Amino acid sequence: MIEAKICITLKKTVTDPQGITVKHALESLGYKEIEEVRVGKFIELKINTNKRKTARRHLDEMCKKLLANPVIENYGFAIKEVK
Amino acid sequence: MKFGVVVFPGSNCDQDCFYVVKYVLKQQVRYIWHKDTQLNNYDCIILPGGFSYGDYLRTGAIARFSPVMKPLIDFAHKGKIVIGICNGFQILLEAGLIPGVMLRNNNLHFICKDVYIKTENTDTPFTNLYKHDQILKIPIAHNEGNYYIDNKGFNNLEANGQIVFRYCSIVGDTAGEFNPNGSIQNIAGIVNKSKNVLGMMPHPERSSEKLLGSLDGLNIFSSIVRWIKSH
Repeated sequence: MIEAKICITLKKTVTDPQGITVKHALESLGYKEIEEVRVGKFIELKINTNKRKTARRHLDEMCKKLLANPVIENYGFAIKEVK
Repeated sequence: MKFGVVVFPGSNCDQDCFYVVKYVLKQQVRYIWHKDTQLNNYDCIILPGGFSYGDYLRTGAIARFSPVMKPLIDFAHKGKIVIGICNGFQILLEAGLIPGVMLRNNNLHFICKDVYIKTENTDTPFTNLYKHDQILKIPIAHNEGNYYIDNKGFNNLEANGQIVFRYCSIVGDTAGEFNPNGSIQNIAGIVNKSKNVLGMMPHPERSSEKLLGSLDGLNIFSSIVRWIKSH
């Protein structure tokens, strides 16, 4: 079995109102040194296969088709074999 | 002529659209369950507002893969009339029938109120009964209506006359302060390049009867009837 950890983030050119609000909240807690906050999504999934190459190809398709919207989001993933 | 209103799990403006078409417009209308794939008998299909699939992942992202969507995309590519309202607009964007995406409202609030929008293109199947620059009072109710498209895409929209509605003041000022959600250049509704698919965030089905405080949205539906009858 392969476990994948997928990270989806907004592209740099896209404003992130959620990130801006979180930054303000952190500042109000006293953390004045924060330069920027960007909020994204984290998805974990398990795939019934041991073929790393196929898993990577499928994950890339899944991200492009459904999990991320390539117009505004970037994605990346890491995989490892698990029992 | 016959309208169809698609019902996804989580749609909640389907009955309002159905009601307006049947009892106000007095046209034939049927519900289309999202698993149906027969769209041959329809002249116009409405994707209603709501929270299809709980807005999981991104608004419209999962509804976009419902079985009805493949025939709906073919329907649109044939030049037939499709209108997506609110969540319906978000689904059209995810399906790629209209360019761009929705971000969260810039104030992070769900906004539910009457707004004013300006009719910028009256040469479409959806707006042919309005006057150019006519100001309409129509309610919005959404959390992700902050329309975004890159500069190149925006220039294309403008050059092709695809921007149909912009948020404005009661007298038609389209300054940023009259933009409720932060959408690029106050965009409230746009059409695809061939102008047979409209996506809009405001709810015309909630402003089609005097009892509800505004009749300004009714002519969107009446324009569709007029356009289809004359084509």
